[in-house]
Amino acid sequence: MLSTLLKRGRPFATMRPLRGLSTLAVVENAGSAPTPGSLSAITAASQLGEGNSITALVAGSNAKEVAERVSKVAGVSKVLTAVNGNYDRNLPENLATLIAENVKKHGFSHVLAPASGFGKNVLPRAGALLDVQPISDITAVESENTFVRPIYAGNALATTKSNDPIKLVSVRSSAFAQAAEDAQAAAAIEDAVDPDSPLLSEFVSEELTKSERPDLGTAQKVVSGGRGLKDKENFDKVIYPFADALGAAVGASRAAVDSGFADNSLQVGQTGKVVAPELYVAVGISGAIQHLAGMKDSKTIVAINKDPEAPIFQVADLGLVQDLFQAVPELTEKLK
Amino acid sequence: MSTKLRILVPVKRVIDSAVRPRVNKAQTGVETQGVKFSMNPFCDIALEEALRLRENNKASSLVESIHAVSAGPSKAQEVLRAALAKGADESTLIDTGSTDVEPLGVAKMLKKIIDEQKSNLVILGKQAIDNDSNQTGQILAGLLNWPQATNASKVEVDEQAGKVTVTREIDGGVETVAAPLPMIITTDLRLNEPRYASLPNIMKAKKKPLKVVKPDDLGADIASRLEILKVSEPPVRQAGEIVESTDELISRLKKAGAV
Repeated sequence: MLSTLLKRGRPFATMRPLRGLSTLAVVENAGSAPTPGSLSAITAASQLGEGNSITALVAGSNAKEVAERVSKVAGVSKVLTAVNGNYDRNLPENLATLIAENVKKHGFSHVLAPASGFGKNVLPRAGALLDVQPISDITAVESENTFVRPIYAGNALATTKSNDPIKLVSVRSSAFAQAAEDAQAAAAIEDAVDPDSPLLSEFVSEELTKSERPDLGTAQKVVSGGRGLKDKENFDKVIYPFADALGAAVGASRAAVDSGFADNSLQVGQTGKVVAPELYVAVGISGAIQHLAGMKDSKTIVAINKDPEAPIFQVADLGLVQDLFQAVPELTEKLK
Repeated sequence: MSTKLRILVPVKRVIDSAVRPRVNKAQTGVETQGVKFSMNPFCDIALEEALRLRENNKASSLVESIHAVSAGPSKAQEVLRAALAKGADESTLIDTGSTDVEPLGVAKMLKKIIDEQKSNLVILGKQAIDNDSNQTGQILAGLLNWPQATNASKVEVDEQAGKVTVTREIDGGVETVAAPLPMIITTDLRLNEPRYASLPNIMKAKKKPLKVVKPDDLGADIASRLEILKVSEPPVRQAGEIVESTDELISRLKKAGAV
């Protein structure tokens, strides 16, 4: 690295970031703990290079509580907290300002956030405030300025180098393990600079889908249903007991979601959730490009479909060409 | 005081969503020769929403104008003509030639068009299905310091209050936010079902305004910040096997330690 820089004849001043990488990891809160995606982003931060110091940013009225947890995460050397109820609803306008102001104050070279709904909403806005072109949804870190990300619904991988002085990166959680808590670790907790900028938008209400099942984004096993289920009644009758027998989360194809068989938040694909569980079972799903984008990095893929020509069989490790209404209840019984 | 809407809808020309893109031999991008291009599906939804805001609020003439804009090669005129055929009033092509401008640069150009058009509502797709960035709307909102509501599945405008209420798709469900105009909205799939343009409307669209400008005319800094070092094929999965029965499936999964 040093020799290439010298060859290009760049002044020594520009080498400073190499000596001291410093990353701001933006933490998304789930109750009193960081989300699993935030912990994956911390893992990605730890891969940026030697001597990188990782500072986590936690905002909201419960920031202190979350910060306690984050301070014990391996690799985190400092936690900045903005204890302020205005950040509770993750409204992007004031959060982006908070991020930008802390980057300016502390001179971070990198800002990493989970590529969740939260990260996708906030990080590009912070990019505008810092005049930086962000990099979305990375699946690998090549070096401190070079990242790999899928494009065209995962049909191509782009190795992308950022020439911006600050790297703003969102991290695909299924591509990085979650950073673990380390009993020995105890990062310092300090106050962030809180610009407390005015709220430009207001939170009105939310409707969350309650479920006892594992979370789709982080589950080890996922059972997804598609158009082949024909209606919501069948979806509920066939998919849920099967998922429960496997201890799996439930997902759905776009066709199933569009037809009202399952909630939107269960959609797996290019524009829904991207998952990479140990086991992914696709039931009555043909396997459109857009769906494959969301699940083809799963370890083992099983397809159950009566159409032997369905494209899903091209990515499935194990395929069963059978009527799902017969096969799936049978599997459910046998697994119990 | 009532607020009339001057809506700007940015639309992007992308490889058609039904086409499976192939990485080119030089590993610099994907093959575009002889490939079908269309309007990005999320942009189509954004345009549809603008058209419905006009149609559903005819009595109060809520929508004063709908302006479609695209940044891309001269062929992007086709998607603007399609937007005009569906019902946009006028359009602007920012002819960027063969350069694929990054979201930050696109947002800077859009900001200039917004100044010029005096737009007070911008509806964009949540992401382009080629670069999958999901950034332009948020960056634009940041540049303008306007409120943003991304991943919209429902949009309601209170004309008297000049306030927009948006239901957004979030991880785990939906949430509803509200903000005063001017604002930025990006569309999710669930927002609406875009219409098809009728043949008479396609003919009429040929006479609607389509202005062509160059990035230089707008004076926006669109220099690339990122370098694509390489574009490669994702790893190919090993061919799988077809099993004959549910019993065989279970025993194979057990052997693999998957259940």
